[in-house]
Amino acid sequence: MTFTQPTIDLTAVSPLLALLATAIFLLLLPLFFRSAGRALLAFVAVIGLLISGVCLFRIPVVPISGFDRLLLLDPLAIAVHGALLLAALLTLLISLNRVEDEYLNYGEYFSLLLFSLIGMMIVTSTWNLLVLFLGLELFSIALYTLAGIRKMRADSVEASLKYLLLGAFASGFLLYGMALLYGASGTLQLNEMMLGIEADASTLALIYAGVILLFIGLAFKAALVPFHMWTPDVYEGSATPVSAFMSTATKAAAFIVLIRLLAHSELAIRFPWPQLLIVLAVLTMTVGNLLAIHQKNVKRMLAYSSISHAGYLLVGLTAASSSGDQAVLFYLFVYTAMNIGAFGVLSHMGVSNADERVDFESYRGMGYRSPFAALCLAVFMFSLSGLPPFSGFIGKLYLFSAAVEKGYVALVVIAVLNSVASVYYYMRLVVNLYMRDPAEELSLPRANAGLKAALFIALLLTVLWGIYPSLLTDLLAGISRPLP
Amino acid sequence: MPLEIIPILALLLVVLGVVGAIYLLTYLLGPRRPGDVKLSPYESGKEPIGDARIRFPIRFYLIAMLFVLFDIELVFFYPWAVVYRKLLSAGSFILIEMVIFIALLLIGYVYAWKRGALQWD
Repeated sequence: MTFTQPTIDLTAVSPLLALLATAIFLLLLPLFFRSAGRALLAFVAVIGLLISGVCLFRIPVVPISGFDRLLLLDPLAIAVHGALLLAALLTLLISLNRVEDEYLNYGEYFSLLLFSLIGMMIVTSTWNLLVLFLGLELFSIALYTLAGIRKMRADSVEASLKYLLLGAFASGFLLYGMALLYGASGTLQLNEMMLGIEADASTLALIYAGVILLFIGLAFKAALVPFHMWTPDVYEGSATPVSAFMSTATKAAAFIVLIRLLAHSELAIRFPWPQLLIVLAVLTMTVGNLLAIHQKNVKRMLAYSSISHAGYLLVGLTAASSSGDQAVLFYLFVYTAMNIGAFGVLSHMGVSNADERVDFESYRGMGYRSPFAALCLAVFMFSLSGLPPFSGFIGKLYLFSAAVEKGYVALVVIAVLNSVASVYYYMRLVVNLYMRDPAEELSLPRANAGLKAALFIALLLTVLWGIYPSLLTDLLAGISRPLP
Repeated sequence: MPLEIIPILALLLVVLGVVGAIYLLTYLLGPRRPGDVKLSPYESGKEPIGDARIRFPIRFYLIAMLFVLFDIELVFFYPWAVVYRKLLSAGSFILIEMVIFIALLLIGYVYAWKRGALQWD
């Protein structure tokens, strides 16, 4: 047996290495310097994210693959890495505002955030099933821990446990699917699965079963409708910045893997993917929106709204075209900015009351008490409901027009109707902000600089991408099918 | 149905039959003298004391987890040591890989140590 050394491409992993070094540094720093405070740790983490972003920017546009094709950086991967870095940056900044219990170790908190980011970046840049599973477990385990980071609170621990049990169950599906795919094809590379095997009925049956199981595992992570049960409870129980990160970054990672899975038409011959995706999209949008209407707690409302947004993303996925993929990426960017922004305002509201049961009523008259936060929240709500001129509108426009191009008119009609229905519950919040008098004295502490910065960035991006979408679409133009 | 499966089915029937017969015979022939002692859990012949489900310090769990972690990681050293000499001829890659692995391991160890996971009280 001869041993060949794998090709080591440090350019391909440089963003990951920067993040890994920062995460380890953050883990060890508070142990050796007990005086290292929250601000210093956050500063280190932001520097790490920026270095990683610069490294990402330096990666050439042509697809490169390192480590014997275990890692692949194509335009799709690079674009989603940008969205993930943005999500992590905004989450970090809004985390600074929380007055946490004294048991929270910020070094661990930030490094867990970075570890989950690394996992998501690995997941989105590979065709290899083993690396995929490795990345998925890396970000999932970090997120299970993050969900329970406020370990003295029962609801936080409950959220963590629920997420862990259901997540482990979903990982089981995923792993079983991978085993079937490997058994049928003899390769772990998802994009080479159908090469070199004769397509007899029994092999195809194995492959289809494997693909379906893989799909179920990913649908759980993306919170698509039959697999969404965990979402509201976990988002409600976790610290608000963690919910913000879970609702945006996890969704981005899961959707990119779904694109990779479905982009391989060889895997999909004679399999009714469009029909399956249409049914799931309609279910996800409708169930998410209908349940969101009934919520009294704003955090739960945003959890159901995040389910319905996964449905809109599925509409773009159904199109199965270059423009569909670009629209999904565009929407992931936009959704990251506006949703983390909305959660940021929520976490600021949560500061004032200890049990964080923030219902619509408690926002009454906020527009006069803290105008900037209320303005931000209103803009994010307008954008989430898809009203022009904000970027949520442009994002939905791209998603739906990609589907119309492929002739899915009925699906788009349902999506638009859903979008209209969602205006009701988003506007309920805005009405409370500006058109109701405060029931009691609303005393909000002053917002921290980190939160202000995060809200400003999110507001800027939400408005700017709505008015000049070409700022973002130019960056995403390289994404095309077939994927490399 | 393929013919090869017939012996397996026959074996299955024989096994089920034998097991069933043994159970039936014990039921018919065996004497039954129930007693408290027979129902109690076996604790190496001692009289059982108390419930097994008691509260015990969480440190046991921590120590066990650390042990499993470092034990599993130690297992990776063995195959490496076996092929080390042979693969060294292809360059220092194998050595560098293991140095990185140990460095990461060491970071975890330092973290556990400084966090007080190895302290008993």
